[in-house]
Amino acid sequence: MKKLSARRRHPLAAVVVLLLALAATGGLYAAFAPAGKAQADETAQSLAIDEGKKLYSVGCASCHGTGGQGTSDGPSLVGVGAAAVDFQVGTGRMPAQQPGAQVPKKKAIYSQAQIDQLAAYVASLGAGPSVPTDSQYNPSGADIAKGGELFRTNCAQCHNFTGEGGALTNGKFAPSLEDVDPKHIYEAMQTGPQNMPSFPDTTMPQKQKQDIIAYLHAVNSDKSASPGGLKLGGLGPVSEGLFGWIFGLGALIAVAIWVAAHTAKAKKS
Amino acid sequence: MSTTTDARREAPAGERIADWADGRLGIYSLAKANMRKIFPDHWSFMLGEICMYSFIIIILTGVYLTLFFHPSMNEVVYDGSYVPLQGMHMSEAFNSTMHISFDVRGGLLIRQIHHWAALIFLAGMFVHMMRVFFTGAFRKPREVNWLFGFLLFVLGMFTGFTGYSLPDDLLSGTGVRFMEGAIMSVPIVGTYLSFFLFGGEFPGGDFVARFYSVHILLLPGIMLGLMVAHLILVFYHKHTQFAGPGRTNKNVVGMPLLPVYMAKAGGFFFLVFGVIAVVAAIASINPIWAIGPYRPDQVSTGAQPDWYMGFSEGLIRVMPGWEINLWGHTLVLGVFIPLVIFPLVLATIAVYPFIESWITGDKREHHIADRPRNAPTRTAFGVAWITWYMVLLIGGGNDLWATHFHLSINVITWFVRIAFFVAPVLAFVATKRICLGLQRRDAAKVLHGRESGIIKRLPHGEFVEIHEPLDANARYKLTAHEQYKPAEIGPTVDENGVARKISRTQKLRAKLSKGYFGEGNQIPKPTAEEYEEITSGHGHH
Repeated sequence: MKKLSARRRHPLAAVVVLLLALAATGGLYAAFAPAGKAQADETAQSLAIDEGKKLYSVGCASCHGTGGQGTSDGPSLVGVGAAAVDFQVGTGRMPAQQPGAQVPKKKAIYSQAQIDQLAAYVASLGAGPSVPTDSQYNPSGADIAKGGELFRTNCAQCHNFTGEGGALTNGKFAPSLEDVDPKHIYEAMQTGPQNMPSFPDTTMPQKQKQDIIAYLHAVNSDKSASPGGLKLGGLGPVSEGLFGWIFGLGALIAVAIWVAAHTAKAKKS
Repeated sequence: MSTTTDARREAPAGERIADWADGRLGIYSLAKANMRKIFPDHWSFMLGEICMYSFIIIILTGVYLTLFFHPSMNEVVYDGSYVPLQGMHMSEAFNSTMHISFDVRGGLLIRQIHHWAALIFLAGMFVHMMRVFFTGAFRKPREVNWLFGFLLFVLGMFTGFTGYSLPDDLLSGTGVRFMEGAIMSVPIVGTYLSFFLFGGEFPGGDFVARFYSVHILLLPGIMLGLMVAHLILVFYHKHTQFAGPGRTNKNVVGMPLLPVYMAKAGGFFFLVFGVIAVVAAIASINPIWAIGPYRPDQVSTGAQPDWYMGFSEGLIRVMPGWEINLWGHTLVLGVFIPLVIFPLVLATIAVYPFIESWITGDKREHHIADRPRNAPTRTAFGVAWITWYMVLLIGGGNDLWATHFHLSINVITWFVRIAFFVAPVLAFVATKRICLGLQRRDAAKVLHGRESGIIKRLPHGEFVEIHEPLDANARYKLTAHEQYKPAEIGPTVDENGVARKISRTQKLRAKLSKGYFGEGNQIPKPTAEEYEEITSGHGHH
């Protein structure tokens, strides 16, 4: 340090400093500036990002911040990936209607094309899971029984045996999985929306996700059979007990009243 | 010469068979004593019949199920016709239940009849018990029969629980695990009891076989015996009847057992069977194929027991998770306290008849059923107990209340914690007020007649509503009940002016008696003099 300090008044010192400063600036620029290729790109991808950004500014920025950095009203979207956007907006959860314990599913207000643009923009903010392709989530040929076992091990704690949904703490809930699009089930497992833990491919490979989707399709869709008759919500003994009291015992008491009202008449003699 | 032998030969076959049987079994005297036995008629007297018939249906369908059920926990691989479980490892118990449901002809229907009939049996016993309670039909001489009925209800709960556990599915296995946890929470002996019951660590390989013999032999055997004893006592005591002209404590007004009640009861059995079969044919119950086989590492949300055990689920769900750690041992109060309260909830209603008879000090027999309003404190107590029970049922289903009414499960839990103490008190006060109000209305109806809704304008312009007098039958029904006087302690000093010794229980009894029958706790029923005075035409009312 002493050596350097002694030469700080050398006539060439200013030149050296200038050179160093220029090198640092140039180097940092080279390291951090967006690639020149991306800047010059006028492809569909960049158009989608631009369009997505416009949609984002209107529909999402008030909570998630103008650059997706997040605010006190909404989490950061950097690194959530396109799959998260496709799930949240595709199931109508986003944009949220009101703050609350949990954002419920509702009618989707964006078209799939707009959702793709939004997803492209959010994906451009940072790397994250991309939207799965049909070959990834298509359950055809998957093992339903294995899926059932996986579902009961990993999902039933919150979503009930056949995905009818269940309560979580303080008004939060695990929603019903009846007739949910296979793509959205896949994305939910991949990204872990709201209170759900995520199941990335490292913990639950694609094959297992397909098994689970196949199981849900078999037991909880409009095509699944209920061999015993009315499912009574698939909620177990509470709804069964209610049904038994009202329609079982209720009908029997009505019958008893009817029988008692038709009594033998005493002979008049 | 042949006339006598001919007459004998011509005796109808039925008579000859009856003669044969009478010589060996004495059926004529039995029939003579009982065939004309009179039973009163009221729909609520048929609630017990619903229970008996559903019990018979359970036994019949249960026998069919035992033909195919294998009470074994040996591991097998499923290869039956239900695709989403094919290739799964499961116990033989689960496998055979799947076999009954999908591959035995009529198996699923019989299974569903069996289970629905069990729910209805328990519900029927609950309602039957409440009918007996609210009409005071538990009073002397029927206290023992009340206890028999109560025991049938409790044994029914446990028979139901053991049966529900047999298929070894994920839902019932969770229930058995719950029970194991409750047993383990008992200080000192808990772990020993649990190991004894399960033959080692939970779940072990024994409990299905053990529950099976308890479910199909031990408990139903005791219940069948109790039910017969219950019926014999009903015969012996004769049935209670509601008050009415010509009905006294010493007679029974109604129809004879044969032919009227035999026909009615026989027909009613088939109606009960029919209703339960229809329910079982249209609604699924305990769909074990959707629930999956039990594995201790799996659990589902919304795991509840059948409704009759729901209040114990409620107790444990709302209990704060307290525990005490001392000398390396943990006392899990969060589970142990609910386990202690569980029998107390049931015992509260079971001992009530004895408390009431102690308070009234009434040693007479009672065969006339009370109208609930005429025993306001008893009715209020019963409603308070039902409220208590229902609050716990809400606690047992707190997650479904949360999801279906968009509430926070924490709020529901706190509501149940507070309502557990407060709701019975509110229900007691409100019911008592309502009963007293109804008593006042009855008194007014007797004295002033029924409001006809016809408004008459008098010549001087006054409007009055015409009251139609009740007929004598109706007046009798409304005034037939007797009203107790509150028990007096008597003078506090004896004839010498020395303070008399009055025990605490005597004082308590006097206080309770005042609460039952004192001023403001029952409305004095109209007397004949009052009625005479009002109807004699003096003065306008």
